[in-house]
Amino acid sequence: MSSSTTEEESLTKKDFVTSNDVRWCPGCGDYAILNAVQRTMPELGIPKEKFVVVSGIGCSSRFPYYMNTYGFHTIHGRAPSVATGIKVANPELSVWMITGDGDGLSIGGNHLLHLLRRNLDINVLLFNNRIYGLTKGQYSPTSEVGKKTKSTPAGSVDYPVNPLLFALGSEATFIARTTDTDQKHMIETFKAAQAHKGTSFVEVFQNCVIFNNKTFEPITGRDVKNDQILYLEEGKPLVFGQNQDKGIRLNGLDPEVVSLGDNGAAGETELLVHNPKSPNAAYPTLLAQMTYPTFPTPLGVLRQLEGRETYEESVVGQIEASQAKGEGALQELLTGKNSWVVE
Amino acid sequence: MTPSTDSFEEIESAVVRFAGDSGDGMQTVGERFTDSSAFAGNDIATLPDFPAEIRAPAGTLAGVSGFQLQFGSRKILTPGDQPDALVAMNPAALKTNVDDLPEGGMLVVNVDSFKKMNLTKAGYETNPLEDEDFRKKYHLVELDLTSLTKDALTDSPLKPSDKARCKNFFALGFMYYVYGRPLEPTLKFFSDKWSKRLPDLAEANSVALKAGFNLGDTMETARNRYQVSKAPVQAGLYRKISGNEALVYGLVAGAKQANRELLYAGYPITPASPILEGLSALKKFGVKTLQAEDEISAMGMAIGASFAGDLAVVATSGPGMCLKSEFIGLASITELPVVIVNVQRGGPSTGLPTKTEQSDLMQSLYARHGDCPLPVIAAHSPSDCFDCAIEASRIALTYMTPVILLSDLYVANGSEPWQVPNAGELPLIENKFANPDEEFVVYKRDPKTLARTQAIPGQAGMEHRIGGLEKAEDGGVSYDPENHENMTHLRADKINGIAESIDPISIQGDSTGDLLVIGWGGTYGAISSATKMLQDEGFAVSSIHLRHLNPLPNDLGNIIKSFKKVIVPELNLGQLSTILRSSFVTDIISYNKIQGKPFKVAELREEFLKHLS
Repeated sequence: MSSSTTEEESLTKKDFVTSNDVRWCPGCGDYAILNAVQRTMPELGIPKEKFVVVSGIGCSSRFPYYMNTYGFHTIHGRAPSVATGIKVANPELSVWMITGDGDGLSIGGNHLLHLLRRNLDINVLLFNNRIYGLTKGQYSPTSEVGKKTKSTPAGSVDYPVNPLLFALGSEATFIARTTDTDQKHMIETFKAAQAHKGTSFVEVFQNCVIFNNKTFEPITGRDVKNDQILYLEEGKPLVFGQNQDKGIRLNGLDPEVVSLGDNGAAGETELLVHNPKSPNAAYPTLLAQMTYPTFPTPLGVLRQLEGRETYEESVVGQIEASQAKGEGALQELLTGKNSWVVE
Repeated sequence: MTPSTDSFEEIESAVVRFAGDSGDGMQTVGERFTDSSAFAGNDIATLPDFPAEIRAPAGTLAGVSGFQLQFGSRKILTPGDQPDALVAMNPAALKTNVDDLPEGGMLVVNVDSFKKMNLTKAGYETNPLEDEDFRKKYHLVELDLTSLTKDALTDSPLKPSDKARCKNFFALGFMYYVYGRPLEPTLKFFSDKWSKRLPDLAEANSVALKAGFNLGDTMETARNRYQVSKAPVQAGLYRKISGNEALVYGLVAGAKQANRELLYAGYPITPASPILEGLSALKKFGVKTLQAEDEISAMGMAIGASFAGDLAVVATSGPGMCLKSEFIGLASITELPVVIVNVQRGGPSTGLPTKTEQSDLMQSLYARHGDCPLPVIAAHSPSDCFDCAIEASRIALTYMTPVILLSDLYVANGSEPWQVPNAGELPLIENKFANPDEEFVVYKRDPKTLARTQAIPGQAGMEHRIGGLEKAEDGGVSYDPENHENMTHLRADKINGIAESIDPISIQGDSTGDLLVIGWGGTYGAISSATKMLQDEGFAVSSIHLRHLNPLPNDLGNIIKSFKKVIVPELNLGQLSTILRSSFVTDIISYNKIQGKPFKVAELREEFLKHLS
């Protein structure tokens, strides 16, 4: 590799902006996510030339064209495969994979599953807008049952997949959720994703202004968010609400919302305390299953398991272990062990 | 029956076929006979023939596995049209193979397995060994292989059932006696494979092998022995190599000659899996092997690795090629080097997964959406896979393009002696890395080859984006109509220009004549042998064998014009014939066979003769 950026030259957001016109629809949530990523990257202490942004197909997957880094806009659903090849070929690179609910969970569901279980050190940002935007408005695998779209005039009959539960089932070591409406939270979440060694899966609630406008409004809307979002903080009890007066408690194996303080029956000591490092999948499962309108929607890092080796480390490790006993000599390989001489 | 003699009868070549249940170890004994013949200095060609089921029900016709080899004191190009000797381990093996054995051929049978149940499973109503006409037709050698093996292993601590399983080596030992083969390479094989882990097994197999050999010595009926002298070959260092092995070595050599790391991504598929397995064992060469979740992903991983600067390789068979095709289009439009190996098998769909065919030529040339021509080359023999792997790497890296390398099951599984190349004399492969001192323009081209240059992620100042959308020279997405037309032409012209870099066609025979035979891929041995026979008989026939199928060599048109007739034998419905007709607007005779089997020399000779009279 040739010279890299010196540490003295500090990067800023504009180093990550390309001259390409951004062609998302005015008001698309993707603009906010692009802004957050361009604000996150300069702060990571990584030279710009080490970033690679890889995507599949869909509105979200246009992302690499707008990032002034190495980038690869691949084919529908297959970004995890290309990202895997890049990361194994050069584990020093910081690989960011951009996908959507259709790209990542429908056509590319199989690849995403295997990327997550292999635990490559890649950051996956899945923009979930619960709709196919680029193909002009068909229902997606995260659309709610009964959704009326051009391809489902009588309402969709598919039961939706929960991206966080999918990631859990795929043995992901880092699972988080954030929203395009909150710059600060996105940047914090993206930084945590980069800090994690292993595949970091981040679901981003993203608004499609044209085909599924305000789909997350009941959760992230300005007027309701304080009562509908449960911000997860490690070591802190699960508390939410406009006045921080509600919490989550376990009742048997089920979570329940309880009121705190004078009017409520519960004290903070009874509440669940957030521990994303728990190896027990039951806890993040419980969080991932908390959905509107019965529960507040958790945002933040649900799970962060440490200690599992990354795929690329294992691949390189086996090669290094083998080469430690002596590197291969081509002539020896070609000659083999059972050659003979003709005179 | 031939009168028995105590002396060797000198013969120029012989064809031996072992056939038995798929659990009987027929592939193993075939491999050992091959090694022993190579050790004896003969030229050899082999044809493993096994069922798709790993262990079909024992004793059934579906479960028969065979291995045929031809060895000789002359140049051997095919595994032989028909066996001179057949070893049949059970009635099913006899039934499926005996029709290929000519009258008077040696037939060794394991009498122990000719019991009612096995006969019924094989569809015999009566025991053919009790039929006088049958007995007279062949040089029949009846051995109680199972009991003879058990007797020989009386002192072995193995369980009785494990003792019986050594009978394949007893049979092999017997055949070694008949053909005067050396035992050493096989005894060494036992020792290398089992002496540490399973010393009792190593010992039992050695005892069984020797007992079989000694039985030959004491048995009247086997006293006509054959001697096949050393083949006159160029002095040098030789080894035995199979097509898939040669491919693995060629890929390692290609990466080394290009000074790139080798990354291979694959999904298990017959008959390409040995390439994944072979490369996985070469970690000390720094080879990275990824077993992907599916064929599509393997192609994506390779494309990612290519973008990151590795020599990226995938290998699969026809069904996998179908799955990879969208990604192959991406590699074409982004102009990234990838070597894509297709070890062909019978198709379409699952087809004949363990039988050979060369029916994926059209798929290689055309099976992508859009105008997407790609270089296609084909290996013609096991050892040629080595050269073709290096050639595919050269084209991929020098021209910045995916390359399709066709092998086939017959080439991949067959083996032959190979003069070991000198690693220091292999050609270097030119890379198209971008010059860091110049401004990087993603699709700026070398005016001679039209190849773009490559900047590798990690290199400062050359950050750029590539993708599946049509682009302008600077890499920016472009929907401009004229740009798309221009880019489509440039990509096609780049591929066509590869013809400038390939060697002139080598013609077997005169450069003019009555009949030109054009072949490609694994039919080389049969075509060359049949052509040679007719040339020796005085006919004006020549043959050429194409390695480069796209682009076709520049001198092909003139060669075709120099012959009165042109025939193209293929194991498909006439795919190359169609290409040649449309490329050269000329009459091409198509000769086709689609039986999952290679051509026989005799059938080609007969067909060529029809067009020579």
